[in-house]
Amino acid sequence: MAVATPPPTRKKKSARRKQLEAMILYPIDWLEERSGLVGGIKYFLFRKVPGDTNWMQTLGSATLTAFLVQTVTGVILAMYYKPDPENAYKSIQHITNDLTLGWLVRGMHRWGASVFIILMFMHMGRVFLFGAYKYPRELNWIVGVLLLALGMLEGFTGYLLPWDQTAYWATIVGINLNGTAPILGPFLSQFLRGGAEIGPDTIARFYSLHMLLLPGGIMALIGLHLYLVVRLGVTSPPWSPDAAGSERVDAPAATNGRSGLVRPGPRGRNGG
Amino acid sequence: MPEAESEEEIDRFPRSKFLEGATLGLGGVIGGLVTVPVLGFAVAPAFLHQHTHNVDLGPIGDFTEGQFVVATFMVDPAAGEVSRRTAYVRNNGLLKNLPSFTILSNRCAHLGCPVQPNGPIFQDKEKIQKIKGGLEVRLIPTLPAGGFGCPCHGGQYDTEGNRTAGPPVRALDRYEYSIRNGNLWLGKTYSVGKVKGQGANAQIAKYPLAGPGEHVDGIESWLYPVDPPHG
Repeated sequence: MAVATPPPTRKKKSARRKQLEAMILYPIDWLEERSGLVGGIKYFLFRKVPGDTNWMQTLGSATLTAFLVQTVTGVILAMYYKPDPENAYKSIQHITNDLTLGWLVRGMHRWGASVFIILMFMHMGRVFLFGAYKYPRELNWIVGVLLLALGMLEGFTGYLLPWDQTAYWATIVGINLNGTAPILGPFLSQFLRGGAEIGPDTIARFYSLHMLLLPGGIMALIGLHLYLVVRLGVTSPPWSPDAAGSERVDAPAATNGRSGLVRPGPRGRNGG
Repeated sequence: MPEAESEEEIDRFPRSKFLEGATLGLGGVIGGLVTVPVLGFAVAPAFLHQHTHNVDLGPIGDFTEGQFVVATFMVDPAAGEVSRRTAYVRNNGLLKNLPSFTILSNRCAHLGCPVQPNGPIFQDKEKIQKIKGGLEVRLIPTLPAGGFGCPCHGGQYDTEGNRTAGPPVRALDRYEYSIRNGNLWLGKTYSVGKVKGQGANAQIAKYPLAGPGEHVDGIESWLYPVDPPHG
């Protein structure tokens, strides 16, 4: 390829085009000047990550997406659902059988709940197997465990809401399981029931926990989780020459006297 | 320089420090004033003013001697259908000239599922009692020849409510009862460790009502030193 292609000469923009661009950019610039939000978003989206990241490292974003689906479908379902013993099951039937696309949105929420939990576990497994929980990311592992606990509580509180036989008895069993914990168990179960027996308050209580308190906590923790991801950066996969704990490539690998005790140097460079 | 050093060592309490403390302190007080009653409202109603409602099951003549009846009734009419409960009632005949009943709660002592009679339920002989206040009590005769069994995790009980198999930690709970103007009235529920003997002559190890899965006797009962007030 001896022939060098000449650099493309830039066409001069027409005045009209310039005017159009300025018009489009004006609100963005206005926002950026007053908030720095545009730069922040650009920083978040276009930050540097290791070149050898893996498809497995998209499981976190997948979990976030599943949570957003739950949020949106949940907000819409709340427009039609009635959290009291007389009307709960009726409103669920109404959503499923009568309202346009109600079956779909309820189905998304119902099955999406399982997807969310499964993705959380897969994400957790990826972090574990990649060793991405190690220093300095231990705190983010802890935040993730709290997110998992809140996610499971979402599942527990949401399961009662259809108010059918399965929901009712599964919740009785679940509450009573908590009640068998030593010393404070009976208090915990009575707090969850909102009284000595399951009653009208129980379902409203679970509804409030399910759609306000727990999602609020999850959103706050997701914010912290993402902040830590951006601050600490993404880990390389363990097979990467840049993985945490690998020997430095430019260091003489076999001359430090410990060479027989440590694992072989990074593959792919310097012949390992 | 030594002069300046000694000047710095003097404890000072500048205005900025006072303002900092005042902001934190006042903020804490205001936060507490808001948080404490709200938290109290979230927690306290679950524990205060819990009470048992007595339930009228109708004339005792409707309970054939020696036969179990599935009785369903509402314990709190204001709460509606959600307060419907089931008990297994058996008329034991007279004990020292007084009527005697065995009234078992259908709440499994494992995790609270509804136990079922192990035997036929005579649905066609259902009696619906109209009680004052428009309430209904349904009475269906049953023959729990094999005692009672729980569909959830397989707990089994004999006809006195003693555990015979499976995960339950004690016998079935029972209702206190009284006879008023010839009608059978249900009172408080209580928990039972073990029952010796049968029917009118049963000796019942009675304990305050405990949640399902809580031991009431033996060393495991030490795990539950205090029970929340449940009426």
